[in-house]
Amino acid sequence: MARYPARETVVDAGMDKTILNLTPETIQKTIQHVIQNETAARLKTYVKTCVHCGLCSNACHFYNSHDGDPKYAPVSKVKDTIWEMLRKDGNVSPEFIRDAARIAFTECNVCRRCSMYCPFGIDLAYMMLTVRRICHLLGVVPQYLQDTVNSHAVTLNQMWVKPDEWIDTLQWQEEEQIDEIAGARIPLDKEGADIMYSVIGPEPKFLPQLIGQMDMIMTVAGMDWTMPSLDGWDNSNMAMYSGDFEVMARVERAHYDKALELRVKRIVMGECGHAFRGAAYDGPKWLGWKKPPVPLIHAVEFYHDLITSGRLKIAKKWEEPTTVQDPCNIVRGRGLGQKLRDIMKAVCADFRDVNPRFEHNYCCAAGGGVINCGPPWKNDRVNGNRVKAEQLKATGAKVVVTPCHNCHSGIEDIISTYKLGMHTKFFSEILVECIEVPEHLKA
Amino acid sequence: MDVYELVRGPLAWASLLLFLAGSLYRIGYMLVDAKRDKVVYPYMSWKHGLRSILHWVVPFGSRNMRMRPVMTVVSFVFHICLVVLPLFALAHVILWYESWTVQWCALPETAADVMTLLVVLCCVFFAVRRITQPEVRNVTSVSDYLLLAVVAAPFVTGFLAAHQWGAYRPMLIAHILTGEIMLVAIPFTRLSHMLFFPFTRAYMGSEFGNVRNARDW
Repeated sequence: MARYPARETVVDAGMDKTILNLTPETIQKTIQHVIQNETAARLKTYVKTCVHCGLCSNACHFYNSHDGDPKYAPVSKVKDTIWEMLRKDGNVSPEFIRDAARIAFTECNVCRRCSMYCPFGIDLAYMMLTVRRICHLLGVVPQYLQDTVNSHAVTLNQMWVKPDEWIDTLQWQEEEQIDEIAGARIPLDKEGADIMYSVIGPEPKFLPQLIGQMDMIMTVAGMDWTMPSLDGWDNSNMAMYSGDFEVMARVERAHYDKALELRVKRIVMGECGHAFRGAAYDGPKWLGWKKPPVPLIHAVEFYHDLITSGRLKIAKKWEEPTTVQDPCNIVRGRGLGQKLRDIMKAVCADFRDVNPRFEHNYCCAAGGGVINCGPPWKNDRVNGNRVKAEQLKATGAKVVVTPCHNCHSGIEDIISTYKLGMHTKFFSEILVECIEVPEHLKA
Repeated sequence: MDVYELVRGPLAWASLLLFLAGSLYRIGYMLVDAKRDKVVYPYMSWKHGLRSILHWVVPFGSRNMRMRPVMTVVSFVFHICLVVLPLFALAHVILWYESWTVQWCALPETAADVMTLLVVLCCVFFAVRRITQPEVRNVTSVSDYLLLAVVAAPFVTGFLAAHQWGAYRPMLIAHILTGEIMLVAIPFTRLSHMLFFPFTRAYMGSEFGNVRNARDW
């Protein structure tokens, strides 16, 4: 083990400064509270059933990218956090909490691949999320991630977007589209519409053109849709990843309340993975719902419907050699791998699939809140996913379609770090280039 | 009562009872405690749970098994022999008959010999693996080696006693005693993975399959 390098120091006030407030008593009380009151049979059974076989190790992109460095194996991550907390009955030091936070927040994407490699199906991601919960309750969270959670708590969206900024952005995108597509309005707060479309917080700030693209897609497909003008428009949920389950639940509640208030038949969400996970599973779980009160459709499934039903016709194909990313939260998280490939093949002339694929594809290393931990952790993140770079390079593609915002950013970072010379695209970006716009809609 | 009568009689009863009662207790406690884990029962699905279990009890049914063929073969050989031998070894079949007049088929002696040696060799493989593979060594402690010893001991002593290598009576007593220790260890140590595997696997199979429409193998 001596031949593996130690971790480099990373400065993060959200962890370095906050542990100074901790006392042994608060730490122990908090850990004991979470273990006794927020966990039950699953945690106990997982810890007792694990036979320390290490078969989960090759599941993890961190482990594989660090050439088998044992500290990155999923079981090691659990050993260095939960096992120690349980063994010492919560009597651990503030430095231990900081180190545990580093592991749980920045060295695990909670992508759930390891549960497919463990013979027992142990849910290691769940245990990492439990560690995050403990760290959050102790106030120890990477600074950038905590900022997005603060934003959720204050504004209900992730990016401190103010109400007027939101509507301005929608109107701006609407104007852009109306120049090309007749009647491409974005109906706001239309009661009784078929579809409520929601996006993630960063979209109005950094990727407003995606909103415009969905406007075009909805108009061309002739869908009866609407978007919220106020709270509930952001389906993202960073609180889910910081362990702030109370804020997570508030955000999801607002999202569904809005859909129920508008009496829509279903919610379609943009291309994001974690937003789907939060809205479909983690939010409902904490809110006590077995499933969402309004059906929730991810963009990939929506596009699949539109293309296979003929509501969208493909006029010309996307020519560049293109591969695809399987976002963890919609493939392992929703089984959308095949539908994703159906729509890729419908639109791409030269689709080059990736190996391994479907549920066995690697995480982008950006998800699970990791990229949201910000610039201090970028090196750890890209160094933890060399295997993704190798995987993409092997396809020989020039473009990689990433139907998830975190994947998009994470893979962009990997492409630039490992000099792959590729480009990332959301599916909507190539879809709008290829669909046929009926004559009567051309402006 | 001499030592042989002790291990053949009261201790045998005690170990069987502790094994059965202990196992029922561990499983029962888990089933009750699982109600506090709000998602477990609502997510469980017979179809998806069984489907996952099936992919993980058939050799090479899951991707990780295919990626690790040696470990897969060793693990299956080990577990199959481990379970078959105590049930179908000739001497055991005779003892069951002597105790309760029940009888079933027995393994041919050569087969039993080979299987016993295989179990022991597999235990050696697991121990070597713990020493040489960094990712396994990192999560290995004394208890892991002790458990391997607890499991290997009845098979080593059983082989020696059956072939009458070394003093017979002490070896026989050692065999019975180590067998009883292993039985009692099952519900109260990590050997309980035997009891919990169907449940943890079925849960993950259900969560992946029933809730998330995905495959966990």
